Amino acid sequence: MKQGKNSWKFTNGVYIDGNATVTGPKEAKGPLADTFDYSFDDLYCNEKTWEKAEQALLKKSIGLTLSKTNTRQDAVDLFISGDLLNQTISSSYVARDMDIPFFGVFGACSTSMETVAISSSFVDAGHCSKVVAGTSSHYSTAERQFRYPTEYGIQKPNTAHCTVTGAGSVLVQKEKAAIQVEGATIGKVIDYGVTDPLDMGSAMAPAAANTIVQHFKDFGRQPDDYDIILTGDLASVGTPILKKLTEQSGYDIEDVHQDCGLMIYHDSQKVNAGGSGCASSAVVTYGYIMQQMMDHKLDKVLVVATGALLSPTIVQQKESIPCIAHGVVIKRVKD
Amino acid sequence: MITKDNYKESVKPYQGKPPLLKNCLKAFIVGGLICVIGQGLTYFYMYVFDFTEKQAGNPTVTTLILISALLTGFGVYDRLGSFAGAGAAVPVTGFANSITSAALEHKSEGILFGISTNMFKLAGSVIVFGTVSAYVVGLIRYTIQQLL
Repeated sequence: MKQGKNSWKFTNGVYIDGNATVTGPKEAKGPLADTFDYSFDDLYCNEKTWEKAEQALLKKSIGLTLSKTNTRQDAVDLFISGDLLNQTISSSYVARDMDIPFFGVFGACSTSMETVAISSSFVDAGHCSKVVAGTSSHYSTAERQFRYPTEYGIQKPNTAHCTVTGAGSVLVQKEKAAIQVEGATIGKVIDYGVTDPLDMGSAMAPAAANTIVQHFKDFGRQPDDYDIILTGDLASVGTPILKKLTEQSGYDIEDVHQDCGLMIYHDSQKVNAGGSGCASSAVVTYGYIMQQMMDHKLDKVLVVATGALLSPTIVQQKESIPCIAHGVVIKRVKD
Repeated sequence: MITKDNYKESVKPYQGKPPLLKNCLKAFIVGGLICVIGQGLTYFYMYVFDFTEKQAGNPTVTTLILISALLTGFGVYDRLGSFAGAGAAVPVTGFANSITSAALEHKSEGILFGISTNMFKLAGSVIVFGTVSAYVVGLIRYTIQQLL
């Protein structure tokens, strides 16, 4: 059901089960290591190329989602997935080995919540009863596509991010489970003119602020209606800008805001501003956050996954970076 | 008040300043050390193999390139580059790293379309500008010599 201007409220009951997370070795040394279901100890994930490694992450995650919920592939109505690579190959190549109808989507690092929002609306409308939503990113595939060869020695500025190696997936379903998807706010493409691809926090903060403020307006809510307002990968530069921008619009989120990009690594792991990539919001939300909800430590969370919709070609043509953020409200189902 | 119009200016305080002095110092020390190693190699070739200083130049550069390529393959040079910045990028070892890293990166697409097509994708600009500027400087030198 439409809620306000840019939001949806899922009134027929949409639930999340089988939340699964898989990461690479660096994430397994971070503060959230215990919350991941599986971590590869090698960046190649036992594969021959980086691209296959990313597929292995996603495949493993989806396998875990299905096995955790005892769901057979033929019981799943739809698989929705996206990633950062050209033609979203990680998702398509994983879908190739699955016997499930597939939608590939692209929302850069906002893909996690984009897939959950779309899946939830299909379930709410009755088109599907079980949808697998997944996403992945890999440090080396992202470096190679967006930046430099992995072994190239370059000094990155403090505003640069480190792409999270990982994949996350959930089963969005009609059947009641521990976590409910209450609603979603779909973001608009926002571009405040930032041109530096090594400063995505500054570029994405206005998109996150726009979605969060719109969410409050659409649902008639305030920041303290949530235990956490979680952004995907604004990291150390984008986070204070977001707080300032929402404060200017009359919403002080200082006490409830957290950012996945700042949660996933230790400061000592040399990640400059923090983590980024589709997996940043996915592995933190589907891992730590959902586990906290199941342990009754969190009741209601607004997850706002942020994405920078750029390509190396268009940035070299001196275009600025358009960004997007999608918000999804997840809440614990009271026993 | 941060607005769309003043955004780039008003978010500057949040972006922090790059540690210029620290970076320059690290670049100076590491870049200098690479040159010291190069000088050492030159003396080695001069005194062990009886090369003249001019003759020792080529084997010195070749040895530095070999060392850099090996360090790139062992995953050391990217860390050195991230620590030392220009100090590791400007010497010939940085040039070798840019070629070796690209070649390694594209090994997965095969020898023709992967390695040989992509290995100069970073070094290409250095070669183009190096050649063009050498030509221009040579032309200027020749013209001046003819005039004098």
